[in-house]
Amino acid sequence: MKDQNERGIEVTGAGAALKRKSGAVSFAAAVALFILPLLWIPGKIYLTLTIAGLAMGMLVFLIASGLSIIFGLMDVLNFAHGALFAWGAYTGFSVFKLMRAWVGADSVLKNVGVFSMAAAAALLAVSVLGMLLERGLIRRVYGSHLFQILITFGGMVVLVELIRVFWGPNDEVIVQPLTFRGSWDMHGVIVERYRVLCIMIGVVVYTMIRIVLKKTKLGMIVRAGVENREMVQAMGHNIFRIFTGVFAAGAALAALGGVAMSVFDRQVYPDMGGTYLLFAFIVVIIGGLGSITGSLLGALIVGLAYNYVAYLVPWAAAAVNVLIMIIILLIRPTGLFPAGR
Amino acid sequence: MPEAILKAQEIHTYIGQHHILQGVSFEARPDAVTVLVGRNGAGKSTILKTIMGLLPPSQGSITFRAREIQRKKPYEIARLGIGFVPEDMGIFSNLTVEENMKVAMLREDRETLQRLETITDLLPDLRKFWTAAAGNLSGGQKQMLAIARAIVNKTALLLIDEPSKGLAPIIVEALISTINRIKEHSVVLLVEQNFHMAGAVGDDYYIMDDGLVVRGGDMEELAGDEAVKSRYLGISSAVERSE
Repeated sequence: MKDQNERGIEVTGAGAALKRKSGAVSFAAAVALFILPLLWIPGKIYLTLTIAGLAMGMLVFLIASGLSIIFGLMDVLNFAHGALFAWGAYTGFSVFKLMRAWVGADSVLKNVGVFSMAAAAALLAVSVLGMLLERGLIRRVYGSHLFQILITFGGMVVLVELIRVFWGPNDEVIVQPLTFRGSWDMHGVIVERYRVLCIMIGVVVYTMIRIVLKKTKLGMIVRAGVENREMVQAMGHNIFRIFTGVFAAGAALAALGGVAMSVFDRQVYPDMGGTYLLFAFIVVIIGGLGSITGSLLGALIVGLAYNYVAYLVPWAAAAVNVLIMIIILLIRPTGLFPAGR
Repeated sequence: MPEAILKAQEIHTYIGQHHILQGVSFEARPDAVTVLVGRNGAGKSTILKTIMGLLPPSQGSITFRAREIQRKKPYEIARLGIGFVPEDMGIFSNLTVEENMKVAMLREDRETLQRLETITDLLPDLRKFWTAAAGNLSGGQKQMLAIARAIVNKTALLLIDEPSKGLAPIIVEALISTINRIKEHSVVLLVEQNFHMAGAVGDDYYIMDDGLVVRGGDMEELAGDEAVKSRYLGISSAVERSE
C-alpha cells in the first residue's frame, strides 16, 4: 500500500508542480506586459494610464465574470449576457432619472445613495430576468452548444428590442453623480475619481465571489458541479436549482457591470451589450473559461493593454486585445488560468 | 425471509439509440450484500445508474423500501438514503478531501458529524490528507474517499460500481475489509468483475449477460459452480488460482 501511495503522490505531485510552473510562467508574462510599456511611456503618464487600465479592466471583469461562471458550471454559452448587461444599465438609468435631485446634489451620501440604489435595482431586476431566461429557454438546451448559441442569440435580440419598447430607441445621457466627477492631481498623476470607485467595486466583487466559492458550502457545491455535475446530483443536491441560482448570479454581475459602465461612459443605448460582450468573450478566452481569477487577470490584461497601446499607437488600440487573444489561443487554447474540469 | 429493500422489475434502459437493459429484474435483501457480476458490456453499470436516476428507464419499475423511485430525480433518490460510488469514483479533484466530504454531507448535525468521525477512524488516510487536493490521492485512497462520501449520510443502500478496478491486490484486500465493515450498517449492491472480491463480500449474486439477468442465487453456490463461471464470467479454475 505504501508503494502505491508513494507512487500515486509522486506522479500527481509532478503534475501539480508542472501546473504551478505553468501558472508562474503565465503570471510572469502578465507582469511583463504590465511593466514593459515603461520603456516607452514617461512615468507619470504610465501611472495615469495604469489606473485608467485597471478601472477599465475591473468594469470588463464584472461582465466577464458572470459569463465565465455560467459557462464554468453550466457549460452554457450565453450570448444573451450582453443584453442582460444592457438591461442592468437601463434599470440604473431609470433610477438615476427618478432620483435626479440626488444625482446633482452636493452631498456624498446622496450621490453614493443613488448609485447604490441604481445598482441594487439593477441586480434585483436582472437576476429575476436571468432566472426567467434560464427556466424558460436555457433549461431546454443543456448539453447542446449549437442550440444554446441559437437560443441565447434569439434571447439577446428579444431583450434588446424590449429595451427599445420600454425605454425608446435613442441613446440616453446618464449624468454622473457630483461626487464621482472630476479627478485628483497627485504630483502630475491624474486620477479620475470614478475610475478609483470602479477599481474598488471590482476588488470587492472579486473578493466576494472568491469568499462564496471557497468558504461557503454553496460555493463548494458549485465548484464540485464544475467538475462533475452528475455526481453532485447523486449526492442529493438539486443541480437545476443551483443552475438557476448561478445563472441569476451571473446575470446580476452583468447588471452591476452595466450600471458601472454606463455611469463611466455617461450614456446608455440599446445595443451597448454587444460591444462589451465582445470584450467579455476576449477576457474569458484569455483568462480561461470557468475561472474567476482567470477572468480578473484577463480583464486587467485587456484594460491595461488597451490603454497603453491607445497612448503609444492609437490606431492599434482596438486590435491589440484581439491580437493577444489570438496569441493565447495559439499557445494555450484553454486560457491562462483554466478552471479544472 | 425479510422483504427486499430494492426490487427492480422488467427494467429497460436506453443510452441514445442503444437498448442496454432489456428487461432486468432482481432484488436486494436487506440483510445481504448483493453482487451483480457479468462480462464487460453486460449492463451492470447501467443498472446502477438507472437505480440512481442518472439514466431513467423507459419501462419497468424500481421499488426502494416499498416506494417506486423510477421516475424520481437523482437528488431525490439520494435523499431517500441511497449512496452511489460510480466506476470512475466521481472524485472532485480540485476540491480538498475535506471539501469533498462537506459537499457530500446533506446535514451537518451531531449524528452526521459523529458518522464522519467514525469514517475517518475507519479510513485514517482521509484524515492524513484532509486538506490535500483530492486529485493528489492515490487510486486506493480515492476509492476510500468515494466510499466515505457515500456513507457519510444515513445510507440505507449503497451502490458501488467496480471498486477494485485498477487497484493493486493489496489495496483490494483493504477494500474488502472496508466493505465488510460497511455491510454491518448499510445494505450494499455491488457491481464487480473481480470474482475474488465478489466472493469475499457477496451473499447473493446475479449474473448479467447482454442486458438481462440470466441467473441468480447464493454466492457460495456460484463459487463452486465452474460451468456457470466459465460460461458467463469467462473464469476458469486455473485463472482463479493464478489470481
